[in-house]
Amino acid sequence: MQVPILKQGPYLIATVQSALTDDDLKQLRDTLVDQISQVRARGVIVDVTALDVIDSFATRTLRDIAYMIRLRGAETVIVGIQPEVAFSMVKLGLTLEGVATTLDLEEGLKYLHRSAKGKVQEHERRTHR
Amino acid sequence: MSSSRDLATTTRAEPRLESTASRLRELVAHLRQQRAQLREEWARLITEAKLLTAMTKEEIFAEATSVYDNYVEALETGTYEALQTYARNLSERIIPRGVETHEVVGIVLLLRDVLARSLFAKYHEDFTELNRILDAYEPAANRIAITVAVGFVQERERIIREQQEAIRELSTPVLQVRERLLILPIIGVIDPQRARQLTEQLLRGIRTNRAKVVVLDITGVPYIDSPVANHLVQTVEAARLLGATVIVTGLSPEIAQTLVNIGVDLGKMNTVGDLQGGIEEAERLLGYTVSPTREPATEPA
Repeated sequence: MQVPILKQGPYLIATVQSALTDDDLKQLRDTLVDQISQVRARGVIVDVTALDVIDSFATRTLRDIAYMIRLRGAETVIVGIQPEVAFSMVKLGLTLEGVATTLDLEEGLKYLHRSAKGKVQEHERRTHR
Repeated sequence: MSSSRDLATTTRAEPRLESTASRLRELVAHLRQQRAQLREEWARLITEAKLLTAMTKEEIFAEATSVYDNYVEALETGTYEALQTYARNLSERIIPRGVETHEVVGIVLLLRDVLARSLFAKYHEDFTELNRILDAYEPAANRIAITVAVGFVQERERIIREQQEAIRELSTPVLQVRERLLILPIIGVIDPQRARQLTEQLLRGIRTNRAKVVVLDITGVPYIDSPVANHLVQTVEAARLLGATVIVTGLSPEIAQTLVNIGVDLGKMNTVGDLQGGIEEAERLLGYTVSPTREPATEPA
């Protein structure tokens, strides 16, 4: 199952619709990291609201996505982790170290917006265009 | 209940059932005839044994009458459902008055003995007949004793369960004090079960209230053991995955020591000395400035 990636303003939004295989995850990673420069996105949101399970491979891939995108000059936020999923992840020691997480998509957008405020000039350049 | 049904199927072999039933009928007739006298005797023994001290003499006599009738009825019909219901109702009535388990078991055993004595008196001349009557009587009487005792204990356990449930419900309130700011005051010892419940409530609270900051106040918690401390740290991390920051306030010296002993990563734990400090820190994180002279700024920084 492929993950659709939408462009919303300066952000890319990947909404996971159903459980993902390891290959799906790798593909998501590669697509996102590739597209980020193509569309000149400033931030990426990965919405995992639909996931009932996030295992160690998924956690590692999500973290890799965040790190790789940071190296490519943008920011990543993981949104919509379910309470039960969050706790079982922590129980397994999967804490998504160094990756921003927010409650839902709305919060994720706010987070990216806020963190982008530092780059006001670039923001203004974009809005005046 | 299944226990009495199991007993019922294993008491006596099939061919003897008929004679057992007829002996029980004879027995019941005898007990009905002697009702007043035996009941009197039983009530006297109860008082003598200093059982049911929480009840008055009249109450004991009234209860004794109804227990006696139910007892004889159970002997007669061989079914224990009615007795079970009665035992439960009785327990419901007398448990709040402080009647103990040993008293209930004691009075039922006393009744069994009183009735057995009356059988001895009646059949003392015919030893074989006495034996047969007792063969019929004893298993039934024992089953009644078990039914009543189990009914009492079950009722007691039900009350205890209900109370535990109520305490648990009350024990972890999730309070919203500001937009996106929750407070969880915890009072009393945290056992593993309560810790689990706490986590559940906290994570669910974050979701439903869309909280950004949660102040977990453990001023009222005297100590925690390492598993619970670990659980607490995990809860804080899980909350972060939901995009919320947890501020833990009011750590006692003992708890601080426990947390250091399990090697908690202080970069992950946001701790503040007391609840006031915690709320101030939370407001700072949310971008509130509280000032007495003008409206607080609500735009998060």
